[in-house]
Amino acid sequence: MMTPNIKLKSIQDWYQGFSIKNLLLPILGILVFLVIWNVGASRVHTSLGTFPGPVAVYEQFQNLIADHQRERQKEVAFYERQEKRNAKKLAKNPDAKIKVRPYTGKPTFFDQIGTSLYTVVAGFVLASLIAIPGGIIIGLSSSVYSAFNPLIQIFKPVSPLAWLPLVTMVVSAAYVSKDPMFSKSFLTSMFTVTLCCLWPTLINTAVGVAAIEKDLLNVSKVLRLGWFTHVIKIVIPSSIPMMFTGLRLSLGIAWMVLIAAEMLAQNPGLGKFVWDEFQNGSSNSLGRIMASVIVIGLIGFLLDRTMLSIQKMVSWDKSQILR
Amino acid sequence: MQAQAEIGEPEKEDLKFGFIKLTDMAPLAIAYENGYFEDEGLYVTLEAQANWKVLLDRVIDGQLDGAHMLAGQPLGATIGFGTQAHIITAFSMDLNGNGITVSNDIWAQMKPNIPKDADGKPVHPISASALKPVVESFKDEGKPFNMGMVFPVSTHNYELRYWLAAGGIHPGYYAPKKGDISGQIGADALLSVTPPPQMPATMEAGTIYGYCVGEPWNQQAVFKGIGVPVITDYEIWKDNPEKVFGVSNEWADEYPNTHLRVVKAMIRAAKWLDENNNANRPEAVEILSRSEYVGADYDVIANSMTGTFEYEKGDKREVPDFNVFFRYNATYPYYSDAIWYLTQMRRWGQIADNKPDSWFMDTAKKVYRPDIYATAAKELIEEGLMEASEFPNFETETGFKPPQSEFIDNVTYDGRYPNKYLESFEIGLKGDDEV
Repeated sequence: MMTPNIKLKSIQDWYQGFSIKNLLLPILGILVFLVIWNVGASRVHTSLGTFPGPVAVYEQFQNLIADHQRERQKEVAFYERQEKRNAKKLAKNPDAKIKVRPYTGKPTFFDQIGTSLYTVVAGFVLASLIAIPGGIIIGLSSSVYSAFNPLIQIFKPVSPLAWLPLVTMVVSAAYVSKDPMFSKSFLTSMFTVTLCCLWPTLINTAVGVAAIEKDLLNVSKVLRLGWFTHVIKIVIPSSIPMMFTGLRLSLGIAWMVLIAAEMLAQNPGLGKFVWDEFQNGSSNSLGRIMASVIVIGLIGFLLDRTMLSIQKMVSWDKSQILR
Repeated sequence: MQAQAEIGEPEKEDLKFGFIKLTDMAPLAIAYENGYFEDEGLYVTLEAQANWKVLLDRVIDGQLDGAHMLAGQPLGATIGFGTQAHIITAFSMDLNGNGITVSNDIWAQMKPNIPKDADGKPVHPISASALKPVVESFKDEGKPFNMGMVFPVSTHNYELRYWLAAGGIHPGYYAPKKGDISGQIGADALLSVTPPPQMPATMEAGTIYGYCVGEPWNQQAVFKGIGVPVITDYEIWKDNPEKVFGVSNEWADEYPNTHLRVVKAMIRAAKWLDENNNANRPEAVEILSRSEYVGADYDVIANSMTGTFEYEKGDKREVPDFNVFFRYNATYPYYSDAIWYLTQMRRWGQIADNKPDSWFMDTAKKVYRPDIYATAAKELIEEGLMEASEFPNFETETGFKPPQSEFIDNVTYDGRYPNKYLESFEIGLKGDDEV
C-alpha cells in the first residue's frame, strides 16, 4: 500500500536512505576498522618500534603539515638571500645576467602529492589519447581486431616493474637536451603509467564499439552517413558507457602503477616519499608511511569519483545506475 | 681588488647532486645548509638515491651533476669494471666511518673465541680468526655463510674482504673474463650486494649473517637489538679514505669554474665539521637526522658522529676519529689512496690480469685530480677563508702518503709499489695469477 502523504514518505526516505544506510553504516564501518587497527597495531612489535596506530598516524600527519610550513618559510628566506646576492652581482657588474633560481630545498609530503597527481593525470591523458581512437578502430573492424588482439593480450598483464627499466633506458637515450622542458624522471614515470593503463580503455572501447545495436547501424546505413560522421554520431555516443568503464579501470591502474614506479625508480612523488621514509629507519618512519598509505588511498578514491561525475555528465542514459 | 687567479662565474648554476643515506654525506648537507654553495653562486638540490648503482648511472647519463660516491666507484667505472665511464674526483669526502656487524646469533658463537680484558669485555680489535670456526661449522653442515656489502667496488667490500682474509677466511674471487662477477669463486664466506639502509632489515630477515656498512647502519643494529658491530674500519686500516665526490670527466671539462666552486664549498663544509675539536658535530647530527638527509633518529646518528662507538649493547667506547672529515688532510685526493683501491681490485680478481706499477699510477692520475683541489684551496686561502697551513704544501706534495703500516694484519702499504704490496698477502691474486 502506498502512503498517501508524500511529504511523510520523503522524510522517511531521507531518514532511511540517507541517515542509516549512507551515513551511519559507513561511520560504523570506519569506527570498527579504527578499533581493530588500534588493537592490532599495538600487538605488532617491529624493530622500529610498535606498529603505528591511528593516534600515532594522526600525530605524524600533523608533523608533516608542520614540516611543510617550515619548508615554505625556508623558501621565503631562500628567495630573499637570492635577491640580495643578485643585487650585489648587479652592483659589481651592471651587465651581469640575473636569473631567478627556483627553490632548491626538499619537496615536502604535500609537494610530493602534487607531483604524483600531475604525473598520473599526464600519463592517463596520454594513455586515453592512444587508447580511445585505437579502441574505436579495433572495434569497428573485426580484421583489425584479430590482428591486434594477440598483442593486447600479451602486453596487458605486464607489470610496471618490468616496463620501468626499459622505459628508463629509452628515455635516457632518446631525450637528450641541454635545457629540457620536462625532467627525465617525470617522463619515465609518465610513460610507465601510460604503458600500463592503456589496456582497459582500449579493450573496453573496442568491445563497446563492436556491440553497437544493429538498429543504430542500420539507421546509419539508411542515412548514408560518411565514415567520420558515423563515428561521431553513432559509434562514440553508443560506446560511451563501455569507454568510461575502461577509463575508470585505467585510472585506478594508473594510480597504483605510478606509486610503484616512483618507489622503484626513486622518481619524485608519493612513492619516493614512502621509500625514503623506509630507508630513514627513524622512529617516526612507520607512522609517516602509514599516513601516506591513507593519503594514497584517499586520492585513488577521489580520482575514481571524479571520473564518475564526468561519466554522469557525458552519459546520455541518465537512468543507468552508476556506482 | 682580488687576485688575478680569481675563479670566473659558474657556467652552470642549477646543480643536482645525489647521495646515499649515510652520515658521511655530511659535507654535502653542510655546504647546503650553511650556505657555502650559495656563497659560490650555486643553487644546489640534494637528492637521496636508492642505491649505489642507480646513483652512478644517473651521474653518467647526466641526471645528476655529481654525487657522493664510494672511493672505488670512479676508479671502477673508469677502468670499466661494471659500468664503463670516465669519472673523476677532486675531493675526498671523509676518512673511516664504517663497521662490520654480525647478527646476535653469530656473535654468540664468536664470543668464546675472543680474549677478554680485566673487566670481562672483549679485547678489540677483534680478528676474523674468531669468526673462522663459525664459518667452518657452517661449511661442515653444507650451509653457505652469507654476508652483505654495499657494492662490488665499495670500500666496504674491500674492508670486509681485508678483515676476513686477515683472519684466514677466504672471501672469494671475481672472474670478469669468464663473465663471473659474483665474487664468490672459492669463497668461505659468500659476499653479496645489499643497499646500505636495507642492511639491518636483511640481516633481521636472516638472509645475511653479517655486513659491512657505513654509519648509522651499524649503530642501528645495536639500537634495534639485532646485531653486534665487531670492528670498525678504523681498526682495519687507521684513517682509511672512504667516500669521494665524483663527477663525470665530460661534466668537469664543460663546467670547470662550477667544479672549482663546488670543491671550494665542500672544503669549507668539511672544515666546519671538524672545527674546534668536533664542536659542531651535535649541530651536524641534528641536520643529518632530518628526513631529507639521513633521516635516522638523532641518538642513532650521534653515537658515532660525536666520537664514540657502541659495540655490544652497553659497550660504548671512545673512537674520536670514527668520522674524520677534514683533519689529516682528509679532503685531499691522494694518488696513493686511489692506488690502494686498485690493488684491492687486482687482489680479488676484479682486475683480471697482471698490471705493471705504471698502470696503477696512470689510472690514479686519470681519476684523482689534486690539481683541481689545489686551485680551489688556493682560492680559499686568497679569500681569507682558510689558512695555507690547513692544506698540504701544494709546491712539494707528490700525492703519495708516506708508507702506512697501521693495518689489522700489520702489512705495510706503499702506494709507489702496488705489485710489491700485493705480494705481501697470503690470500689474494698477485703477479701473473689468474682465476
